[in-house]
Amino acid sequence: MKRKTVKAAFIKSLPVFAGYIVLGIGFGVLLGKAGYGLIWALVMSVTMYAGTMQYVAVGLLSGGASLISTAVTTLLVQARHLFYGISMIDKYKGAGWKKIYLAFSLTDETYSLLCDGHYPEGSNPHWYRFLVSIFNQSYWIMGCLIGNFIGTNVPFNSKGIEFAMTSIFVTVFVEQWKSTKNHLPAIIGVISTAVCLAVFGSEDFLIPSMIVITVLLFALRKPLEKKAEVEEDE
Amino acid sequence: MNDSTVHSILIVAVSAIITALLRGLPFVIFGSKTPKFILFLSKFLPYAVMGMLVVYCLKDASFTAFPFALPEFIAIAAVALIHLWKRNTLLSVAGGTVFYMLLVQFVFK
Repeated sequence: MKRKTVKAAFIKSLPVFAGYIVLGIGFGVLLGKAGYGLIWALVMSVTMYAGTMQYVAVGLLSGGASLISTAVTTLLVQARHLFYGISMIDKYKGAGWKKIYLAFSLTDETYSLLCDGHYPEGSNPHWYRFLVSIFNQSYWIMGCLIGNFIGTNVPFNSKGIEFAMTSIFVTVFVEQWKSTKNHLPAIIGVISTAVCLAVFGSEDFLIPSMIVITVLLFALRKPLEKKAEVEEDE
Repeated sequence: MNDSTVHSILIVAVSAIITALLRGLPFVIFGSKTPKFILFLSKFLPYAVMGMLVVYCLKDASFTAFPFALPEFIAIAAVALIHLWKRNTLLSVAGGTVFYMLLVQFVFK
């Protein structure tokens, strides 16, 4: 492993550092206020390692949810991760043992950093992605622990802190938008999800959105691939 | 350990296992020989998914009553503008979050 690779991975991970510390604190505060201490913050951030789902899990824990409803809720909230795996299969090919951790640690934010497939010239892409993934999880664990400590010890108005997640996605969206002339997939993503949110409501819109996005992408497969070829030729 | 602690441990375990399975499943199913339609999806999904995630973050915003999702829309516009201006993700994320917190804590109360 080259130093250059470590440095590039660290720099790439910095935005998630900011986001995860802030989001992790938000989660840790909530969890602490629900009466669960540091060991819970540690175990959850290591084994679940999921921003949104850990927020949801605080509600499940404090409400004493049944295991069946825990399972169903997790399936619904986390189904979008199937999409991430599908997008990364080709990029993670040949990663060897690192693939297990790469797949396990494919959170929204890690996906947003790695989904463009870029890696620094001269670096091993698998090591680079592995390091970005590890850096990200270490920030998440730190944030959750700090937040849990604050939540149980310091009064602090954390209202709105969850917007760190939105900010990360908006910046990645802007980056992706500038990186291609083919805006159709991005527009499909925004409009399908917005329509499904309006139709199905905030509890049940994610899975319909994923279905609509997949169907639309396939329906527009020919023009999309043609446009991509033109872009590559330029 | 009392019963409710055990139940809490089981909740975390169930949620962790299902999350890991969802993350690993595509690699297990399509890993060895990737079908063409998956390659096609993997090329265009990232763009669509990021659009989906931005909207997903708005799911709990209040669209039909005060403040009509205004803090969210204003802050998203601010993040996009800061980002187009400086192209510094760290600045965009930190600045956008602080700006949104100020909006919901002091302006749109």
